[in-house]
Amino acid sequence: MAVSHLQCKECKAQYPLEALYVCERCFGPLEVAYDHSRSKLDVAELRRRIQGGPQNIWRYADFLPLAGGPPGPSGRLASRVGLPAGCTPLIRADRLAARLGLREVWVKNDAANPTHSFKDRVVSVAVTRARELGFETIACASTGNLANSVAAHGAALGMESYVFIPADLEEQKILATGVYGTKLVGVDGSYDDVNRLCTELCAERDWAFVNINLRPYYAEGSKTLAFEIAEQLGWELPDRCVIPVASGSLFTKIAAGFEEWTELGLVGDPARPAPKMNGAQAEGCSPVASAYAAGHDVCRPVKPSTIAKSLAIGNPADGPYALDLARRTGGSVDAVSDEEIRAGIKLLAETTGVFTETAGGVTTAVLAKLAARGDIDPDERVVLVITGDGLKTLDAVRDTFETYKIEPSVEAFERSVPEGQTAAGLRSASASVVA
Amino acid sequence: MAVLVKIPTQLRAVAEGAAETEVQGSTVAEVLNGLYERYGELRERICDEDGTLRRFVNVYLAGEDIRFLDGLQTPVPDGAELTILPAVAGG
Repeated sequence: MAVSHLQCKECKAQYPLEALYVCERCFGPLEVAYDHSRSKLDVAELRRRIQGGPQNIWRYADFLPLAGGPPGPSGRLASRVGLPAGCTPLIRADRLAARLGLREVWVKNDAANPTHSFKDRVVSVAVTRARELGFETIACASTGNLANSVAAHGAALGMESYVFIPADLEEQKILATGVYGTKLVGVDGSYDDVNRLCTELCAERDWAFVNINLRPYYAEGSKTLAFEIAEQLGWELPDRCVIPVASGSLFTKIAAGFEEWTELGLVGDPARPAPKMNGAQAEGCSPVASAYAAGHDVCRPVKPSTIAKSLAIGNPADGPYALDLARRTGGSVDAVSDEEIRAGIKLLAETTGVFTETAGGVTTAVLAKLAARGDIDPDERVVLVITGDGLKTLDAVRDTFETYKIEPSVEAFERSVPEGQTAAGLRSASASVVA
Repeated sequence: MAVLVKIPTQLRAVAEGAAETEVQGSTVAEVLNGLYERYGELRERICDEDGTLRRFVNVYLAGEDIRFLDGLQTPVPDGAELTILPAVAGG
């Protein structure tokens, strides 16, 4: 395996591959370092090795921080233990592109993971590493999607789990966590309060908090989104990606995945510019977008108030790196209102058949904003990263359309329901509708 | 005025292993200075040369991030609890 050590992103101090996340010298974040120099494989062989792997993230095990390689007794060709994540659809979204005046838009639908969000990627990696390190209990501070995933992974692998969430989360996310038999703790406070509590608890308990003491490993799981996008585009990179930003970890790690494969020659032309990275936030919680607009290189924390609760992190850990990435690649970080978020959910649903949660509404709305602003060259190949399922945030679409209520007769149908209209046209209709 | 300062695991090695300690001071800055006087090495770990906190250090007064208060100038009542934590968690 090419995984080498942990390294401070700021001062470059090196640490062993243990459950560590903070540099003791400068308090900077630790991240996983690799040494691919000993890999004797050429590009064609590396690609064959990936393509011969399982239909899940373990096909990219050579680029993940696992000492023992893909988990499970069956080896790399059939590694299906636990709750295999990844290999989600990349959909060509021509109707969405046409609506926005663009030519080539793809939707990476990561709602198609076992617990319906991209978090299964990061949790699979963190939990597998936690087992390698001998942990028996997993835990997390979550805005909802992570809660679902940690609880489910605990159940799948027979590990005890503790899940800490803000008590006012969407009911769907609470139900889809508790059902797995986890110890679910609703904290009276914001996500940032939950995060502080868990950071304190992490020092007192011998648990693997996937996004605290296991965070360097956890974050690496997001690279698999980049690898899949590149593989699904035929070993090519997009020109631009639009990605939601909460802590900024997903945003920066997708770029890191593109960069790692470009350096290895697995994708693209090294002379071609790296994909432009556009971050998406909700106006009610936009510390990164605000810093971007103000030209700052650090984020001022905020108290979130937005329907996009999965992105409601007021104090983003990777904020400075997200800002740097957006500027370095010619992207941006933009924010949209709750109204635009609802419109984004509807736009994606009506043009692609993909129903996303509020975070995906944020991402779609930012894509629409960039297109309207003329930031996107129509010839660009754009990938929209959809991170979670609309069934998790049903309140966002409640009362946004109408249903015809009729007696069970042909006559009643013909009297009440105008034919030949698309879903978008239904709203205008009849007296006999119910919400 | 005595304030209880909670020290994160990553800094305990330079604080003689202490998880918490009582320090005198009436503002966050005074309390932190009192802490640095006791454990000299702590200063460079969490402070930049100009005395501001490093960007990956969070300080909480009774659970509230001091950046929502008056930062280092925030008044600290007697018996309060000041918590130092790494900022790189979560997400």
